[in-house]
Amino acid sequence: MDALTGVRVIDFSWAYAGPYATEFLALMGAEVIKIESRKRPCITRRQPNPITGQPYDIDDCPYFKDLNMNKLGVALNLSQPKATELAKRLVGISDVVVESFTPGVMSRLGLGYEVLSSVNPSIVVLSTSSNGTTGPEARYAGYAPMFNATSGLGELTGYPDGPPTVLRITIDNVVAHFNAVAILAALIYRQETGEGQYIDVSSQEAVACLIGDSIMDYTMNGRVQSRDGNRDEIMAHHNCYRCLSEDRWISIAISTEEEWQSLCQVMRNPDWSKEVRFSDAYNRWQNQEELDRLLESWTVNHSNYNLMHMLQGVGVAAVPSFTSEDLFTDPHLAEREFSQLIDRPRLGKYMIIAPPWKLSATPARIVQDAPSIGEHNEYVFGELLGMSQEEIIELQEKGVLY
Amino acid sequence: MAGATVLEYCQSVAGPYCTKLLADLGAEVIKIEKPGVGDEARKRAPFLNDIPHPERSGLFLYLNTNKLGITLNVENPAGKKVLMELLKECDVLVEDTPPQTMKRLELDYQALKAINPKLIMTSIAPFGQTGPYSNYKAYHLNTFHGGGEGYLTPAWMGTRYLHRPPLNEGKYVGEYESGISAAVATLGALYYQRVSGLGQSIDISKQQSLISLNPRELACYPNDGWMASRATRTLRFGGIIPCKDGYMELDLYEEHEWQGLVALMDNPEWTKDERFKDRLSRAKHGLELNQLIGEWMKQHTKEEIYHKGQALGCPVAPYNTTQEVVDSRQMEARGFFVEIDHLEAGKSKYPSAPYKFSRTPWKAGRPAPLLGQHNEEVYCQRLGYSKQKLVKLRETGVV
Repeated sequence: MDALTGVRVIDFSWAYAGPYATEFLALMGAEVIKIESRKRPCITRRQPNPITGQPYDIDDCPYFKDLNMNKLGVALNLSQPKATELAKRLVGISDVVVESFTPGVMSRLGLGYEVLSSVNPSIVVLSTSSNGTTGPEARYAGYAPMFNATSGLGELTGYPDGPPTVLRITIDNVVAHFNAVAILAALIYRQETGEGQYIDVSSQEAVACLIGDSIMDYTMNGRVQSRDGNRDEIMAHHNCYRCLSEDRWISIAISTEEEWQSLCQVMRNPDWSKEVRFSDAYNRWQNQEELDRLLESWTVNHSNYNLMHMLQGVGVAAVPSFTSEDLFTDPHLAEREFSQLIDRPRLGKYMIIAPPWKLSATPARIVQDAPSIGEHNEYVFGELLGMSQEEIIELQEKGVLY
Repeated sequence: MAGATVLEYCQSVAGPYCTKLLADLGAEVIKIEKPGVGDEARKRAPFLNDIPHPERSGLFLYLNTNKLGITLNVENPAGKKVLMELLKECDVLVEDTPPQTMKRLELDYQALKAINPKLIMTSIAPFGQTGPYSNYKAYHLNTFHGGGEGYLTPAWMGTRYLHRPPLNEGKYVGEYESGISAAVATLGALYYQRVSGLGQSIDISKQQSLISLNPRELACYPNDGWMASRATRTLRFGGIIPCKDGYMELDLYEEHEWQGLVALMDNPEWTKDERFKDRLSRAKHGLELNQLIGEWMKQHTKEEIYHKGQALGCPVAPYNTTQEVVDSRQMEARGFFVEIDHLEAGKSKYPSAPYKFSRTPWKAGRPAPLLGQHNEEVYCQRLGYSKQKLVKLRETGVV
């Protein structure tokens, strides 16, 4: 038995923030039914190959596949009234609905929360959108880099003398995590009470939660923080340093006197380390630009991995700014089985990132690859809704199951 | 999540953020801190009026809302016994001690399972509980760079910053993200516990939590023999563009979005140019295009561009400062900021949660606990210790 065995999710969502949230549920054993249509395939099915720029077949695109493993796929053209009727019947036998349309679209389709909760009073419905479904800016368009911008995180990331930083995919995927937390909390509440509810998630608020401490500096002290590279308010060293080989870096952070002494020892106590201007934490912080330059004149002669092992061996926090090459050749991650080789039709052997958490009794796991559009029409409409083969074929011909 | 009880033995950001998410959702969270010392976050800025004080750190105050706070020396045999008594009644323990610490104290999952089979034990560590780096150290900077996204930051800026070091995101972003990942797994396990009556242990590697935020781009390395870098992340046009009083983010994918931009700029002649006739040609002449858009942006303010642009269907948004975030009319309308009154730090506005639940709304309940604030409530009322016993435990440094 998996952690979420028996939980059924109807997933109307698009792109990343919704699908990755339901992916977490699917990895933990929920039955997630993805509603799609060939009329307008998900944007992640249409991503080109990053190297060749060539489009993939919409059923092969790994961008889509990685976000939708373990899910079932049905083709349902929601612009047809009969299709929304079927969607409602699916909601009637499900536990959770997730959607990420522009606020208002679900209601326009006749699938608003009032309708869905009248079909199934214990349903949990989650809407994930850029700014939330209420308020004056609810209908503003927003992609991940835009809510990174409005949340304040972009402004706080970057070099002190450079512009704010554009952040994309990881930002969408953070919102996905918040979505999963909200759904699971509502499911646990439902276990106790039998009651469903509506959850409205604002992506810009989700990202703002990651800078709560900087926001508090403003609300408590009126200070508007700005970006400060890799620096810290009290720690120095606290930066990334150039290593041997092109564009390779290691992050080193020194918090205690003991760590500083250990670092000096590994460097064989160079003369500069004994200078008065580096004699204590305060002095080092004051003179960190020079301190950084001097440390880098040492790190640049060593590989990022050698530095990590040498410094960690004496208790200094040194971790390479890992490249994807590092990650996929790293013995530690290999031992933890952080990636997994699967078979993909037409793509062949494919390496994917395994679920990040290790649950001892109910391991999150990949049981099957992502569906093609409509791959599970027969199971979902035939077995779950009890429709006959003829009915299904008829609806396919009418463009309802399309 | 009323009815769920959680014990937190964590410091700094990741672990406390994980349990804050649960506490804010209604779980009862008891935070254990070292007597006389407390959570590391108490020593970190921002401090009220910039005066360092363990009860006035904005970081600590934010991360520990809605929790009860007790002090307990878990390393001491008497303290350990007290912890075991607390754990008997708990659904979840979240801990972030260096791997092997709990085993050394005979408080590892196997030992705890024996006293409470329904216990979920979530262990958070920079590199997880197993593997050759499990004892490696990482502060927030190292955590972030260990996850693969640091190497790719700052991106979408061409080759402009390739000679400079890759960057951390915000301050503690990698830690917050690890905390949310831990919360997802913990809640999944809690759902299962309610079905089966069984607990389990959960091993959270911050590094793997961060890697899973960008699975596709990172996995291009084994699948396509292609390594992402700050240089490979490029954008043909749009992205970050300076305006009169700051920066705007512009993201154009569809034709109607381009038309929105053209209308926003009041249909300048150059937009009809052959070079910009469709998405492909615009991408081909991205640099020139951004320059022309930039010239227009320079004449206008963030507020103006944002609201007028959005009304015209142009996906454009301002890079907000923390002040602008707090002043946001949208967040204001949704009640995202709540005022919380704290005994030592007074009243401040706090970010709440990004979700609105129709039936179980977020409540600004309890401010972060003072060090040991709820000792009596927890030890006397919950465990039934006498006042005298608590005094003894205090005198011997256990509490």
